[in-house]
Amino acid sequence: MDGSDIGFWGVPLAMLAGAIRVSTPFIFVSLGECLTERSGRINLGLEGTLMMGAMSAYGTALLSGSPWLGVLVAAGVGLMLGTLHAVLCQLPKVNDIATGIGLMLFGTGLAFFLGKPYIQPKAPNLGALDLGGWSSIPQVQQALQVNPLFIFGILLAFALAWALKNTRWGLIVRLAGESVDAALAIGASVARVRLLATAVGGAFAGIGGAFLSLYYPGSWNEGLSSGQGLMAVALVIFARWDPIRCLWASLLFGAAGAISPALQSVGVTQGYYLFSAAPYVLTLALMIATCSPARSVRGAPGELGAVK
Amino acid sequence: MTAAPSLELIGFTKRFGAMAALDDVTVKIKAGAFHALLGENGAGKSTLVKCAMGYYAADQGQILLNDHEVEIAHPRQAHELGLGMVYQHFTLVPNMTVLENFVLSRGDLPAVIDWAAERRALKSFFETTPFTVPIDTPVADLAAGQKQKGEILRQLYLKRNLLILDEPTSVLTPDEADEVLTTLKKLTNDGKITIVTITHKFREVNTYCDAVTVLRRGQLIGTRPTSELDNDMMAEMMVGRRETRTVVEREARAPGKAVLKLEGLSVADNVGQLAVEDLKLDIRAGEIVGIAGVSGNGQRELVEALAGQRDAEAGRMLVHGEVYTATRPEMVRHRIACLPEEPLRNACVADMSVAENIALRSFDQPPSSSTGVWLKRGPMRETARKLIEAYKVKTPGPDAAIRGLSGGNVQRAVLARELSSEGDLLIVANPCFGLDFAAVAEIRARIFQARNRGAAVLLVSEDLDEILQLSDRIVVMFDGKLALETDAASADVGAIGRAMAGH
Repeated sequence: MDGSDIGFWGVPLAMLAGAIRVSTPFIFVSLGECLTERSGRINLGLEGTLMMGAMSAYGTALLSGSPWLGVLVAAGVGLMLGTLHAVLCQLPKVNDIATGIGLMLFGTGLAFFLGKPYIQPKAPNLGALDLGGWSSIPQVQQALQVNPLFIFGILLAFALAWALKNTRWGLIVRLAGESVDAALAIGASVARVRLLATAVGGAFAGIGGAFLSLYYPGSWNEGLSSGQGLMAVALVIFARWDPIRCLWASLLFGAAGAISPALQSVGVTQGYYLFSAAPYVLTLALMIATCSPARSVRGAPGELGAVK
Repeated sequence: MTAAPSLELIGFTKRFGAMAALDDVTVKIKAGAFHALLGENGAGKSTLVKCAMGYYAADQGQILLNDHEVEIAHPRQAHELGLGMVYQHFTLVPNMTVLENFVLSRGDLPAVIDWAAERRALKSFFETTPFTVPIDTPVADLAAGQKQKGEILRQLYLKRNLLILDEPTSVLTPDEADEVLTTLKKLTNDGKITIVTITHKFREVNTYCDAVTVLRRGQLIGTRPTSELDNDMMAEMMVGRRETRTVVEREARAPGKAVLKLEGLSVADNVGQLAVEDLKLDIRAGEIVGIAGVSGNGQRELVEALAGQRDAEAGRMLVHGEVYTATRPEMVRHRIACLPEEPLRNACVADMSVAENIALRSFDQPPSSSTGVWLKRGPMRETARKLIEAYKVKTPGPDAAIRGLSGGNVQRAVLARELSSEGDLLIVANPCFGLDFAAVAEIRARIFQARNRGAAVLLVSEDLDEILQLSDRIVVMFDGKLALETDAASADVGAIGRAMAGH
């Protein structure tokens, strides 16, 4: 064995690599949505935030030469879009689902418009850490090239889970999401808590966008996200609003997304597009399996209107 | 814990629009008292305590706490002064554990919470209380009685020394109520807390309260020591002099054939667990079968299955010997009438008119529609007008939205719709919840008339008095199963109470 032909073992290996590579935007967007929804608000606009994050990160990296500055700018743009959503939702008679869809279209449209000049040029990449140096198999080495943002995402999931359980802020966010009356009774400002949670959630999604344009696939174009922001929202329901389960679900989605290229690499070309649809089919299947008109989803924040 | 305070509410007036909910009401509550607020629905009891707690701003009124004037404009000010309230509904957050709920409501949290220390502190606090609840269980998983105990324990944990209880025992079994109230009584006797309780139950007033204040239509009728009062006097203070409730004669009649048969019925609740398990029950023509039980033991799911709002997991329902799946044609064929609880939510379209709501069963049949395609507004309105008159529904007119009607009138409108077809089977759930004396008597009389006419009636109620008054046969539901079945004539109230508590 010369270390380059590993036959069908390439499929699970490529799925592992995919889980590591493709899952990062899912992790960030779902954690952002998780935080937002735990505070009692839905932000469907994170798809738009993801695109704006990707575009602004790419543009910043191109102009400044620093991809990490791009990540920072993407987070800032996400923060602003999240704040915009939160402020709009606080106006009387404004529905957060409708606002979210509006901001999703606004974000993607604005990203396409502002991003036109960045489609051709090549911006500097975020780079990766080689964690596969111990192996002599090139596929393994390649699979274990890990971007620092992936590691940051994992840490963020655990940090968020810890904070929601153990900090004053985390508990007040949950209280705002579970019962407005109870939050008011201890003098917490529900509006302020939701504003901050939605804004920070938007910042997370922005970072996810930066990963898309600056690492994988690593360029800016209009088909970059292909609905990942929306899938991440569905994923939060599947993960029952738990950051750690969001992490596992993101990895699962990442692996599903890698099925198609993995099969192609070992010579299975039939049904390429069918397998490309795996993440979408998975989303649909999970939603059907976990949602029912007769039962409410256990663990759903009490104030979250759309899942009642 | 500081000593129990005295509380004086002086000259409270509160208007909602043109209606005076409170009119110059003055109440003095002694330190360490167990003080009852008595009155019918709408008498102003809740308004009074909500003004005292700072939920409503009173138009006029002065509060003296320990003989010092205090200003309470917001519930938090009331909390800081040591006033706490336990509501009829639960306020503990379902998706959080008991520990999280307790610690959070303290409001003075450090940035990072030391759960180990908090758990120790709560455990040692629970060693000083006569009853406890599981610390690490999410509140959603607690039974109703435990939740109410948790609500009261939380007030004690927050060191509130003046508790206002709004019908605290409505969700408890008699035994649980006694346990909770005995404890609170002991705390007042020790001079640790003062309690104001809103209640309808004379038994609790007689057993636990030192003094009673009676309100009627926003007016103060009087405050008297309990020792000077008996039930008749309290009832008279509450309702004034008016004709007593209509009691319909129970026509002696042998029950007929079984109209409804439940054969091993199982129904799941909202989270997929079986709320009704393997239920077997027959309801015969001309009898009222009362299902007693504390709420949350599967009654709601049973009624929803019978009304077609929920699918059965296993077993089957038979009406007149035919399998019944709660479809509209079956309900028409078997003449099934249903009066679910919270009729505005479960049996009405809130934004449609009274006439349209009354027509919901028959809008596609003559005379409202001759073909089933086009509706005729005229006859529909005419039918509604007749029923509104016959059932004394107070509404601005048949075209008013049913949402605007009071609870009792929504109930009457739905009853008019359901009983107008002279059904063979009547399913009723908590028909008198939240209604006043007069409405209660009338609605019970209508149900009784249906029974005397020969209809089979399934009555689900959390009000044991209602079950005892109306039923021919009583079954008790506990944890989704039948815990007891007895003839009403020979019923042992103690045994029913024990079955409701699962003993």
